[in-house]
Amino acid sequence: MAVFVNGVIFDGIDTSAQDCWKLEAYVARGGYQALRRIIESKMAQEDVIAEVKNSGLRGRGGAGFPTGLKWSFMPRSFPGDKYVVCNTDEGEPGTFKDRDILRFNPHALIEGMIIAGYAMGTKAGYNYIHGEIFEEYELFEAALDEARQAGFLGNNILGSDFSFDLFAHHGYGAYICGEETALLESLEGKKGQPRFKPPFPASFGLYGKPTTINNTESFASVPFIIRDGAAKFLEAGKPNNGGTKLFSVSGHVNRPGNYEIPLGTPFSVLLEMAGGMRDGKKLKAVIPGGSSAPILPGDVMMQCTMDYDSIAKAGSMLGSGAVIVMNEDVCMVKALERLAYFYHEESCGQCTPCREGTGWLYKVIHRIAQGEGRPGDLELLDSVGNNMAGRTICALADAAVFPVRSFTKHFRNEFEYLIEHKKPLVDHKWC
Amino acid sequence: MLEIEIDGKKLTVPQGSTVMDAAHSVGTYIPHFCYHKKLSIAANCRMCLVEVEKAPKPLPACATPVTDGMKVHTHSDMAKKAQAGVMEFLLINHPLDCPICDQGGECQLQDLAVGYGNSSSRYQEEKRSVVGKDMGPLVSAEEMSRCIHCTRCVRFTEEIGGFQEIGMANRSEFSEIMPYLGKTVNSEISGNVIDLCPVGALTSKPFRYSTRAWELSRRKSVSPHDGLGSNLVVQVKSNEVMRVLPLENEAINECWIADRDRFSYEGLNSAERLQKPMIKFDGKWHETDWETALAYVVKGLNGVSADHGKDAIGFLTSPHSTTEELYLAQKLARAFGVNNIDYRLRRSDFSADAAQQGAQWLGSSIAELTAAKSILVVGSTQRKEQPLLASHLRQAVKKGSALNVIHVAGDTLLTAVNAKLIVSPLALVNALAQVLKAVVEIKSAQTAVDLAAVVVGAEAQAIAASLTGAESAAIVLGNVAQHHPAFAQLLKLAQEISALTGARFGLLAEAANSTGAELVGALPHRAAFGAAATAGLNAAAMIAAPRKAYFLLNTEVEFDSYNPQAAVAAMKQAATVIALTAYKGAGLLDYADVLLPIAPFSETAGSFVNMEGKLQSFNGVVRPLGETRPAWKVLRVLGNMLGLTGFEQNSAEEVRAELLAKGSIESAFNNALGDVAINAAVTTGLVRIGEVPLYQADAICRRAQSLQQTADATAPVARAHSSLLARLNVAAGKEGLLRQGSGELKVLVEADDSLPADTVRLATAHPLTVGLGGMFDSIELTQG
Repeated sequence: MAVFVNGVIFDGIDTSAQDCWKLEAYVARGGYQALRRIIESKMAQEDVIAEVKNSGLRGRGGAGFPTGLKWSFMPRSFPGDKYVVCNTDEGEPGTFKDRDILRFNPHALIEGMIIAGYAMGTKAGYNYIHGEIFEEYELFEAALDEARQAGFLGNNILGSDFSFDLFAHHGYGAYICGEETALLESLEGKKGQPRFKPPFPASFGLYGKPTTINNTESFASVPFIIRDGAAKFLEAGKPNNGGTKLFSVSGHVNRPGNYEIPLGTPFSVLLEMAGGMRDGKKLKAVIPGGSSAPILPGDVMMQCTMDYDSIAKAGSMLGSGAVIVMNEDVCMVKALERLAYFYHEESCGQCTPCREGTGWLYKVIHRIAQGEGRPGDLELLDSVGNNMAGRTICALADAAVFPVRSFTKHFRNEFEYLIEHKKPLVDHKWC
Repeated sequence: MLEIEIDGKKLTVPQGSTVMDAAHSVGTYIPHFCYHKKLSIAANCRMCLVEVEKAPKPLPACATPVTDGMKVHTHSDMAKKAQAGVMEFLLINHPLDCPICDQGGECQLQDLAVGYGNSSSRYQEEKRSVVGKDMGPLVSAEEMSRCIHCTRCVRFTEEIGGFQEIGMANRSEFSEIMPYLGKTVNSEISGNVIDLCPVGALTSKPFRYSTRAWELSRRKSVSPHDGLGSNLVVQVKSNEVMRVLPLENEAINECWIADRDRFSYEGLNSAERLQKPMIKFDGKWHETDWETALAYVVKGLNGVSADHGKDAIGFLTSPHSTTEELYLAQKLARAFGVNNIDYRLRRSDFSADAAQQGAQWLGSSIAELTAAKSILVVGSTQRKEQPLLASHLRQAVKKGSALNVIHVAGDTLLTAVNAKLIVSPLALVNALAQVLKAVVEIKSAQTAVDLAAVVVGAEAQAIAASLTGAESAAIVLGNVAQHHPAFAQLLKLAQEISALTGARFGLLAEAANSTGAELVGALPHRAAFGAAATAGLNAAAMIAAPRKAYFLLNTEVEFDSYNPQAAVAAMKQAATVIALTAYKGAGLLDYADVLLPIAPFSETAGSFVNMEGKLQSFNGVVRPLGETRPAWKVLRVLGNMLGLTGFEQNSAEEVRAELLAKGSIESAFNNALGDVAINAAVTTGLVRIGEVPLYQADAICRRAQSLQQTADATAPVARAHSSLLARLNVAAGKEGLLRQGSGELKVLVEADDSLPADTVRLATAHPLTVGLGGMFDSIELTQG
């Protein structure tokens, strides 16, 4: 299903070729040139970080934090162990881009992490892979073996005095382990629960050591930035939104899949790439950045370009780039019920507002969807949400509240109708 | 220092303080559940959210570090809204049935709900219910629907208990606090989770539903068990001890107590309590009045004295008795002309007596011990001898102290150990001598001890390096070392190492008042405050050369003696055995002929001197049961009836005042010994490791039903190294035959490769093993 436009990560890949993930194919596409150049020219660590900063690369996991800036927080002179960790715990409903990176271009990630290790003076890295993707995990292990045998990983990489090794860790399928500090806890063998911050991972991370955690796509963008230059990467997008970005388009479109397009591409163009609306139905709404991002009505979305700033201006988030397209047959109460159920299941349970609130939200929405809503339920949802958002250790509570707020704001009439008439305004069709 | 303003109050706090610390220091209360000063910060209950100026959202006071110039509002609209919001969440799934909850009246959630909750609930959905869990006989987790997931219990077992026995499983509102599947909570200090639990989820199994918290009177007391001297709050209703809780004392027990301190009160209300004096005649026991019983005692003592002389009488006392009782007992014995008195029934080596220069003690304060950068513990099954002190030592290790161990068994201490030397009891002296030799070599110093034949091993070297390299060090001898047949040599070697390293050295006092017994001179060679005394027989000699009359104060010799077999035999041959006891134990009923009911610690005023030499006095918390009398009164009256002078005291306080006028406690302690010959040669042979089980240490805990159902109270089995079992052709997992002297016992044998070769580990002081002999004597093991 995957359809790609040539960009940074899928630069020159023929994803239909069975061996496209292999080292040989990657090298033929220009892979490991960036690493070679860094090592052979003995590029200074600061210069590597400066290059990443200049590229305007922003974290692709959802928060959009500038990657180069994050790398510069790492105490490079710290004498003990330090780690780089990749977050491939892609659990956000609607998101399936990192999975394709592992499947088609794992060496871009490996090279990106080695470069990160070089830039931050770490000797070891981990890639935490989502529990539900088994084949990609095995394939990534195979790619690691290739890289080790070719001398890109291990001691004295390419004959230099730089040593770095990388390990894959297969998670167990908890959404919360995509939160970076919960990921670290899980990687340490503990229950995946976010840590209170401060201290931040840059000072107290994996095993209490300085740690930098980036998303798969962020790391996989790095080889291009070093090889072809920050300017070229930046040019591909627009100011403050450098590079191309993977969008996982799902829902009622003709060709769901991953699309790598320059940031700033109009949503209408992306929708067209994805084959337009299925069965010629009307676009009703879009969740532009994964299930935690506020939903936007279709007409608002058609005015947006796909970049951090434009989507933020419209009142949502680019997030992880999961674009969930909904047509006119979707009952918004049902859709929200499904999302609320997800957060109710996936709250880690440590903070009171999230543990209790996600359940409360779901139960009320479920009741409304069942035709048992009561007057005042929408105000109650709003009030419970306000007591949750911003009151917890991590952002899961906020993530659970955003859909509730945005659904009940943009599609309030559907909720009110169901509460009043005990039957839905839109007769929901499941596909 | 940082400046901070809390609700308009300006103050300065040290770097690293949290907003919660700062608020506490000015007496501002911030509501909280998960926060506890002795546990790590979890910041998960969110009850302590406060407004911090310039922060966009409310922040948890417990986890927010103070920054310079910070302005905090704990009662602003933002803060109050956040706190009320969290309270609402806490209550939506919490059963609102306080009137039938065991925690009602002492529940933090109930209290805070009054201040921060609503009078009615907006939650109209079905409430969560959680299936109860089995955490063992002490902690009830029947009502886990009440749990608010603060994780204090989880953090306690991991951080203070040393081993995570409770965890939070599952996610979301399906999260449940539970022990490991199919396991109970077995920590020897597990009961503290009951105090930590802010709601009625974890409650005391023996206590729950027996009374309401507000019906209880709170009385201060001191734990009568181990030598730490934990401070207690004893809660009383209708003249009965209903519950025991910790009384906070940062220098001793902090805010914790061990399970033995907490649950042994059940023994106070035991059916075995002796409530009337009893005399045995015609082979039968008869209840009688005090007058008759006391006259019988006087007649017995005078009779034996007339027929066989004063030396035919022996006084055996207990280090669990109060200072006042022990003082009067030795005064009574000596005034009557009996010099045979001792409290050290479980000791086997008395050769230090002649070399002793002061009362023996810890050698430092407890705080100094745990602050030492290097600690060497010799011969102590730490967790089962001093459960709470063992936890203090674990905390010391966390703060950077190096813990070194010389012991006879490789039990897990639930903490990092710097170096450990696990040897047979027969090699214990050699092990410590190795350390001394290594210290001598490191320091290029001299010692008078002949160490020529001692070979220093790597572990001893590491221990010596640790002791010499640390800025402060301490060497302490535990129960195994004190009961060991070469105790004097061990203490002398510790002294020699101390002399070269500057380490403090001393004893981990076995019982609540071992140090007090030293002080008052319940000893055959020293009277109160070390005053000269006509030498008498020590405890072992009184057994080895049986007396005609025994005067037992608060002791059951079959459980309290180094060699129960010999002790019981000595009792049985005596013409009279007078027992002042709180219990009519089976042993006493067998070998004694008069029982005088005396008050346990809860029914008398008195004092205990803990291991660090701190005298802590207490009052009785309930009236004596039945016709029970405080032992000091009984001893006083006996003094009068025997026509002795100096027995006119009218209260325990008067007894204490008389004692304390004889000297100063501070200057009474001195662990230094004169000449003690050291023989570091290792002898060979099969030897018993016979420790006292945690809940058999004293008469009260032996009768505490709930403690007797714990994992620590399971029937003893014989453990030995698998190579020894193979050599002796004894099968593991089956019964084997153990023989010591005339005693035989068939008991389950298990292989334990953490034990040194040529040792059989089999607990003493247990009804099953009372027929056997000395705790660290030779033993035979066959398949039988």
